[in-house]
Amino acid sequence: MGGKSLFEKVWEDHVVVPETADTPAVFYIDLHIIHEVTTPQAFNMLRETGMPVRRPDLVLATMDHSTPTVPITNLEGSLDAVSDPEPAQQIRQMVKNCAEFGIELHGFGDAHRGIVHVIGPEIGATQPGKTIVCGDSHSSTHGAFGAMGFGIGTTEVGHVLATQCLLQRKPKSMAVNVSGKLKPGVSAKDIILALIGKIGVDGGTGHVIEYRGETIRALNMEERMTICNMSIEAGARAGMIAPDATTIEFLRGREKAPKGAAWDAAVKRWLSLASDPDASYDKQVDLDVSELEPQVTFGTNPGMVVPISKAIPADSGDASFRKAINYMQVKAGQPILGTKVDVVFVGSCTNSRMTDLRSVAKILDGRKVAGNVRMLIVPGSQSVKDQAEAEGLDKIFTAAGAEWREAGCSMCLGMNSDKLGKGELCVSTSNRNFEGRQGPGGRTVLASPETAAASAIAGVIADPRAYI
Amino acid sequence: MEKITRFTSATTVLAIDDVDTDQIIPARFLTTTTRDGIGKALFADWRYDSQGNAIAGFPLNEPGAETRTILVAGRNFGCGSSREHAPWSLHDFGFRAVISTEIADIFRNNSLKNGLLPIIVDKATHAWLIANPGAEVTVDLEAREIHLPNGKTVSFPIDGFARLCILEGVDQTGFLLKQADAITQFEKTRSWQP
Repeated sequence: MGGKSLFEKVWEDHVVVPETADTPAVFYIDLHIIHEVTTPQAFNMLRETGMPVRRPDLVLATMDHSTPTVPITNLEGSLDAVSDPEPAQQIRQMVKNCAEFGIELHGFGDAHRGIVHVIGPEIGATQPGKTIVCGDSHSSTHGAFGAMGFGIGTTEVGHVLATQCLLQRKPKSMAVNVSGKLKPGVSAKDIILALIGKIGVDGGTGHVIEYRGETIRALNMEERMTICNMSIEAGARAGMIAPDATTIEFLRGREKAPKGAAWDAAVKRWLSLASDPDASYDKQVDLDVSELEPQVTFGTNPGMVVPISKAIPADSGDASFRKAINYMQVKAGQPILGTKVDVVFVGSCTNSRMTDLRSVAKILDGRKVAGNVRMLIVPGSQSVKDQAEAEGLDKIFTAAGAEWREAGCSMCLGMNSDKLGKGELCVSTSNRNFEGRQGPGGRTVLASPETAAASAIAGVIADPRAYI
Repeated sequence: MEKITRFTSATTVLAIDDVDTDQIIPARFLTTTTRDGIGKALFADWRYDSQGNAIAGFPLNEPGAETRTILVAGRNFGCGSSREHAPWSLHDFGFRAVISTEIADIFRNNSLKNGLLPIIVDKATHAWLIANPGAEVTVDLEAREIHLPNGKTVSFPIDGFARLCILEGVDQTGFLLKQADAITQFEKTRSWQP
């Protein structure tokens, strides 16, 4: 009898009714995070069928996707002045839905309003061993804590609101073993981009990834979140990292973390979640990052990525490759380094936390954003914003000529006013370079915060190693 | 949810790999609080130019496309965001099946809950379908098979429970609600509380 992996332990701990050949497992959810965009139709369903929310105490609600990133003082005139009408309506509907169903909402003015995947960890609601879902595919972020986080659709949001459960088939498992010490100027974002480049945007389909190895152990929690966040970009159901001393220290004293004797019991349970030495996986991938360079994407999915000093691959004749290259207006076989940049976006659930902002500030300090570049820096939450300002980072950003905005998803997905114009090229710390993702006709190059900052100064795609 | 057992349609072919849900429905259309008329936004940036005119040559703009119920797509269809608006918009446009060699997990889950069949076929069958746009294909959910006009019958995998729900036209919520006692018992007896 072989040992169990982290994923298997968390999975088995949440099976209410086991799966059979005919029916999926009834699977319990410990934390349901909701936002304004993927929930209105689920609340409509509850209303139409007269059902209550089963466990409002296990729901964490905020507004992030379609919110403006300029200050607003109220949800009527002030919001309408800066928002498109439909998102404003959606935001007001979220306030109404939460009030009607007894759910606490971290709305405007709350210290913990922000991106769903930033505030869960920040208030300590994200904990090892929990199952965490949200109507957002980057729910894999929470796996950094040894939780099982995954994205669901709106029908499933309704299922969780009504029953606190989902119908699930057990996914397969995949170990990603990362080894080697990162060189200066190379960060967690480069690791995950390199992995997606290696296994492809469907390399993890049907699997839950566990990131393992000395390199992962050496990362702080925010860096681990960056890695788990993009598991979905490899098609994986979730990405997890075993809880350790770094995890425990991050959670200690946070608002929703257990206290007193409950804390001691929780820590003991959390530390027991690590995969057994003889655990087996359906798939294994090894990644040595000791010679890793900063990574940048050149195409229209996160798997189309190259080390920053290397050329874009030669034209293979593949139709999808050609479509991507044409859309991006880049040339096969040519380097992407030195390509002119119009916008730099620092933000999103991938890279909008203090570690990211400090790295950007270090590079921007005493320098100026190039005249041809508009740089937006959007903190992941109100409390990240407050902390950055307490450290004076906002002064560094604005002195360099960058815009320092209110928390939200912002230009990661262009749902409100923060959008790229047609043809504009953006070096972005977000997670998706799909066609039009940041605005119709916009071109996205995914990169680390360090590469984004260096490119903002240079006005072209630039290697951050020259700026540190 | 409507019942689906067996249907026949000419195919629409979109021979592009890794089509993500941002292409299926761009984020700016997710500001709706209902599902009404969402098929209009399907592939908006590939179907229409910035003036809102149909782009000639895009498969969904071909005459008769709106009457076809089967979409044949490239590998790894539906990757990216979890937005259920993607299957909603495909369904509202008229599609009842997407055929590919690989379909992304969350999109597949969402599709099964909305009467849109995610059908995985082998590479040879897929290559034939890509090479023969407009072919009359029959989908038989009861038998878990598709029939091609070249006489070939190809079986496809589908979760048994989801299949039964679609065959009977019932949504999965009812089954889950019937588990209330087991859920209460689980909440009471688990070794720790979230």
